[in-house]
Amino acid sequence: MEGIVARPDLWASYIWPSYILTIGGLVALLVWSFLAMRRAEARAEALRRER
Amino acid sequence: MHRFANPTRFLKIARVATPLTLGLGLLLTIAGLYIGLFASPPDYQQGESVRIMYVHVPAAWLGSGGYLGLAIASATALIWRHPLANIAARAIAPAGAAFTAICLMSGALWGKPTWGTYWVWDARLTSMLVLLFLYLGYLALAAAEAERGGERKGAAILALVGAINLPIIKYSVEWWNTLHQGSSINVLAGKSAMAPEILTPLLVSVTGFTFLFAAIVLMRMRALLAEQRVEARSRRLAEAVA
Repeated sequence: MEGIVARPDLWASYIWPSYILTIGGLVALLVWSFLAMRRAEARAEALRRER
Repeated sequence: MHRFANPTRFLKIARVATPLTLGLGLLLTIAGLYIGLFASPPDYQQGESVRIMYVHVPAAWLGSGGYLGLAIASATALIWRHPLANIAARAIAPAGAAFTAICLMSGALWGKPTWGTYWVWDARLTSMLVLLFLYLGYLALAAAEAERGGERKGAAILALVGAINLPIIKYSVEWWNTLHQGSSINVLAGKSAMAPEILTPLLVSVTGFTFLFAAIVLMRMRALLAEQRVEARSRRLAEAVA
């Protein structure tokens, strides 16, 4: 109908994208920190055993 | 304070604290986001759009709170030469930068349908963008100083000077006419303009995100300490061979 502007679907336009962005960022940070910690601690432990 | 400066003692505490903060953080964040998305009612004025608050506000809180932690750690490293303070500052910076970026991006996603634009040079938005640049500046300077074998004093001074931006972020909505809405919670007075059905999931979500932030910082600190041990051992081995 002419003159009627459709309201954007709030869930699709930013509620879901915001949650996906935040949860994705949070998971990426957690995984990156966890893997970096495991790798560094394993290397330190291996070097300690070598001595 | 130097009682806690011993990395071995810190590692003992961190090994217990990491799974605890991680577990509590995951539990509270999942609960807060679930209630925020599906169980809390829409706002009487903003409708469904209020649901962005359960991710946007925790990200903003950790972006600013993280920078306060970075400034305190940098001051402690500069004044008391606390051996763990530099490590803590280096661990906080990438997490704080990530949360600031999430805050800016989630705000932009909300801005498009609400204000009609992803970005305006509003005082609150601009001061948050400056915060992101301060984090990135700290990370770049700390990496450059580490490459030169320096003590990262320049990066610590930058972190301290940048702390002036924190009150500007906090009071930007009062000092200038901004599109960004004012604060609905007064932490110092313990007052809130929000309905309990909206405030409760927000507080659960903020607490969960804060525990996750603590877990990330602890894991980064453990990684940096282990890398330091490896570097020190490799140097000693090289010297023994020579």
